[in-house]
Amino acid sequence: MKENILVMENIRKVYSNGFIANENVTLAVNEGEIHALVGENGAGKSTLMKVLFGVEKPDEGRILLNGEEVHIDNPNAAIKMGIGMVYQHFMLVPSLTVTENLVIGMEPRKDGIFYDAAAATKMVREAAAKYNFDLDPDAKIRDLSVGQKQKVEILKVLIRGAKIVILDEPTAVLTPQETRELFVELKGLKKQGYTVIFISHKLNEVKELCDRVTVMRAGKTIGHCNVADVTEADISRMMVGRDIVMEIDKEKNTLGETVLSVQHVTKYILGTKKILDDVSFRIRRGEILGVAGVEGNGQKEISEIITGLDRDFEGTVKATPELVDVRNCSIRQLREKGIAHISEDRMTYGIVGDGSIADNIIADRYYKPPYKQGLLLNQKAINENTDALIKEYTVKCDNREQPIRMLSGGNMQKVVTAREFTTGASLIVANQPTRGIDIGASDFIRRRLVDLRTAGAGVLLISADLNEVLEVSDSLIVMHNGRIAAYFPDASKVTEEELGEYMLGVKTMSPEEVKEVADCE
Amino acid sequence: MTINAEFIASFLYSVIRITTPLLFGAMGALICKQGGVLHIAFEACMLFAAFFGMAASAFTQNLWVGLLAGMVGGVLLMLALGYFTYKLHANITLTGIALNTLASGGTVFLMYLMCGEKGASTSLPSLVFPNIDIPLIQDIPLVGQVLSGHNILTYVAFILPIFVYILIFKTPLGLRIRTVGENENAAASVGINVNRTKYITLAIGGAVTSLGGIFMSMGYLSWFARDMIAGRGFMAIAAQNLGNAAVLPTFVTSVLFGVANALAVTLQTLNLPAEIFMALPYVVTLLGLAAYSNSEGKTKKLRKSAKKA
Amino acid sequence: MSKNPKIRTAKEIEQIFNVLRVVMATIIALLFAFLVILLVSDDPMGSISSFIVGPLTTFRRFGEVVSKVVPLLFTGAAVCFIFSANQTNMAVEGGFTVGALGATIIAVYVHPGNTILHIALCCIAGGVFGMIAAAIPAIMYVKFNAKPVVSSLMMNYVCMYIALGLINHPMRDNNAGFNASATFDATAQIPKLIARTDIHAGLIIGLVVIVFSYIYLYRSQNGYEIRVVGKNTDFATYCGMPVKKVLMKSQLIGGFLAGVGGAVEVLSMYTRFQYSGNTGLGFDGIMVGIMAGYNPKLVPLAAFFYAYVKEGAAILARATDIPVELVSIIQAIIIMLVVAERFLYKQKHRMMVKAAEKELEFRNQQAAKEAE
Repeated sequence: MKENILVMENIRKVYSNGFIANENVTLAVNEGEIHALVGENGAGKSTLMKVLFGVEKPDEGRILLNGEEVHIDNPNAAIKMGIGMVYQHFMLVPSLTVTENLVIGMEPRKDGIFYDAAAATKMVREAAAKYNFDLDPDAKIRDLSVGQKQKVEILKVLIRGAKIVILDEPTAVLTPQETRELFVELKGLKKQGYTVIFISHKLNEVKELCDRVTVMRAGKTIGHCNVADVTEADISRMMVGRDIVMEIDKEKNTLGETVLSVQHVTKYILGTKKILDDVSFRIRRGEILGVAGVEGNGQKEISEIITGLDRDFEGTVKATPELVDVRNCSIRQLREKGIAHISEDRMTYGIVGDGSIADNIIADRYYKPPYKQGLLLNQKAINENTDALIKEYTVKCDNREQPIRMLSGGNMQKVVTAREFTTGASLIVANQPTRGIDIGASDFIRRRLVDLRTAGAGVLLISADLNEVLEVSDSLIVMHNGRIAAYFPDASKVTEEELGEYMLGVKTMSPEEVKEVADCE
Repeated sequence: MTINAEFIASFLYSVIRITTPLLFGAMGALICKQGGVLHIAFEACMLFAAFFGMAASAFTQNLWVGLLAGMVGGVLLMLALGYFTYKLHANITLTGIALNTLASGGTVFLMYLMCGEKGASTSLPSLVFPNIDIPLIQDIPLVGQVLSGHNILTYVAFILPIFVYILIFKTPLGLRIRTVGENENAAASVGINVNRTKYITLAIGGAVTSLGGIFMSMGYLSWFARDMIAGRGFMAIAAQNLGNAAVLPTFVTSVLFGVANALAVTLQTLNLPAEIFMALPYVVTLLGLAAYSNSEGKTKKLRKSAKKA
Repeated sequence: MSKNPKIRTAKEIEQIFNVLRVVMATIIALLFAFLVILLVSDDPMGSISSFIVGPLTTFRRFGEVVSKVVPLLFTGAAVCFIFSANQTNMAVEGGFTVGALGATIIAVYVHPGNTILHIALCCIAGGVFGMIAAAIPAIMYVKFNAKPVVSSLMMNYVCMYIALGLINHPMRDNNAGFNASATFDATAQIPKLIARTDIHAGLIIGLVVIVFSYIYLYRSQNGYEIRVVGKNTDFATYCGMPVKKVLMKSQLIGGFLAGVGGAVEVLSMYTRFQYSGNTGLGFDGIMVGIMAGYNPKLVPLAAFFYAYVKEGAAILARATDIPVELVSIIQAIIIMLVVAERFLYKQKHRMMVKAAEKELEFRNQQAAKEAE
């Protein structure tokens, strides 16, 4: 096995908005190893891999493949050099079959011009057998499970002769069983001499699967080491520059009236799949109810139902101190009655990217005094409010007129919270409030949430970040397969391991045990 | 004028004739839609093709040079649209508006420089593709009158959908075109050059659409007239839209539009206010757009109620 | 940490390039025009100069420029409303035509006897007709989810044939000798502002519309809603904005303004309705709107530029063999380059990188200073 078959040296990448995503980054990978690339969201891992795969052009630095400098101008060039990429978001065409998806770009032909479907199916069958992947070549992609889709993705790069396979957070969307299956397959590939670059946040997976690890932080490489020589805590310290366990001092809360009552909510997607299955819970003033769970287990849907964005569901949801039925209220009415909402999809539901910071701050209040003046806007009041909030929320920006899309993710989210946290809401729905943003901003937002709860708001905190839900929440529910799999009245007494077991469906509480969270009394 | 078999035969003949450019345009639009590059410059494409076909055939007195020049003109226009949209990240609709303006003014500009006329190039007549009598069929009474004796391009237009179907659904290129149209990230991830595929789609769509323009100046008429496409490019988009980018439905809607157009032409001769019938195809398109999108909404509702049951 | 004032912010660089793109696009288009003139004109220098300064040589010609500006103020403002809401509703073209039709009906068949009242009624009728033209594609999108691109283009033809059908048949003045309506009442005709020029009182109405549009779009709550909905509909929904109402509102106002434009144009430049088809002034309005970045404040400037080029080309066409359609080519080149986001992108990127590097250097220096 050769050492350093792939080396990326001093890579620098500046995006056109001026954001420096990679600065002097170096990565060296040996043949036949599984190499972990770890770092927080926004550390620059994805950019580095885009550079490697020819999606982005580096402004400086070079790439050496087998000791020779190569220029990778596009994904095609990368594939020809034996580099394959499996994206986190699947790059598949839903209406086409597994076979068609696998052979696009290298279709077998008959008579020179026609697509040879039979030969293609045969090719796919053989490849699946070789790597021991269990796949039906004639199934349509849209009918496959997530794990199967991922297999198609991996097979897609292997069938194109990739020797180096990059996997971008492959386990984020998988069930525990699927993850185990994936690891077996990856170890099999390693045995056959393939090199794997494994991008992840999950250090236990790195520890279990990988040989070496490279750590990135804030666009730079922090270091690399043999996985066997370090502990998970060591790696996490390199990732965040300090111990990851955060301490948020929470004053004792006093529970008040109910501000959210979700009763027997069921929602279907894709016709028959139950994304929410008889979900019931309630939130009182002064309480942060955390929702833990692997993403895609109904968290997004429940937050959209509560906030009025989605009205296609069964059951009842009553919100705000008045306990109005959300189905009977417009979104504006719900907001006026006291619901605030941080969406997980910041770029779509959090901001208007081309708008200024001021435009984004006033989006929910422009029609109320003092921001309105007759039919016009009161520019002075708007400016004062915006400037005050920029200061209070320490938003790093040039000025209030700057288009928000030019800000970093953390600063964008600060603007979102500056809007949502200053409405005097009695119910705050925060869905992944700190995803993809820097430590400082995350910390700030978490503390704000706790402050608001102490001041008497009810908070629904949905997060895939275990540390966050454990640290910030007062009580916890775990969502799995659209159901509440567990309820813990006291979040401080729950361990990460315990939570993990419920999240991954290893354990499930009985309906009686979780019923308590729905009792309004 | 009396309505008899003779009348109906000549009406159906004119339906086929009038459907020809629409069919070329609609098939061009269908190809573009399948490849995710639908735009509104079909009008410009046909206008360019009509003009350059006329000009080249008039100057060289060679029909094939005319055909080639017309197709090159139309294809280049579509590729220019692709360049601005995919290379320079321009809004495809606004670029389409600009190109339609360019074609409408540019062709008149060039026509004036060439023959000093601004309305129609009557002093510079183009060569015309021949009409073909189909043996056997031409002898069948009435049927022969309807189906035989059309311009050769008309027959091409009516066979074209079969070739378009094979291209899109039975060839590797078609698979790539559909992949890029449905999920370009998926295409890029397997090393398909997305932009190149889009250019290829535009070029094929442009070539097909161009034939509609060429038919107008080298078949339907024997000269170029200003704005002679008169909204057929837009109607082509609408036909494709109503046909949901599937070959057979698009073919059927094209023919229906042809019927509406032919009605307008025929009924004009009945001394009724012509404008009512000239507006007919556009009104039909409007109604069709509303009905089609509406039916989509209905099926959604149906699905919902079925789910509840 | 203080900000280094000498380093341009990303926003400033963007603004510089936004202006630069329009300027460069204009220069390239004009250079192309000069090239064409050089190639086909017998007296290229004379032709170019009559193209460039021709509109300024006589007062009358300058008046023609101003009168060409007027309809563009209306259609340009209309486009600002519709396109700010990100609706590609091109029914301003048809709306302009039926606006002229609506004004004609009032100007010919209603006789209130008072000039101001008569003109006002004509404008309102025109506005309502224009509003209906824009409303149909708008409703089709809001109710049936049919994108306005195709439907509005179809609508333009329907508008044209409705207007022509009425003018050429029931409303035709058989004494005119050609297809036209009867002459307008004297009280309905918009008076000239300056004698022996084409400058008429419609200019004032147009400027009022521009001021109204700017205040509405950039200073009012409704305008803010329109801009937010246009930039991110999902976000507007999330904030509780009445998205469909906002979409309708922007297009109804846009259609109304286009219709008033048609009314003002026909009442000031003609004595009867004598169009034989759509005027193209709606599409010109789209071009003007794009050049102005959908900001009504800049519409007069863009409209003036466009009218000036049009007049220059008209003078050129009279003096030489170069047809007036040259304008369409210039227009198309400008628009294509202005809407091409990546035009001059490399230069912009380089400037951004430089600024970011300077910023980093500056920060490092400051950090070093602080360390001391």
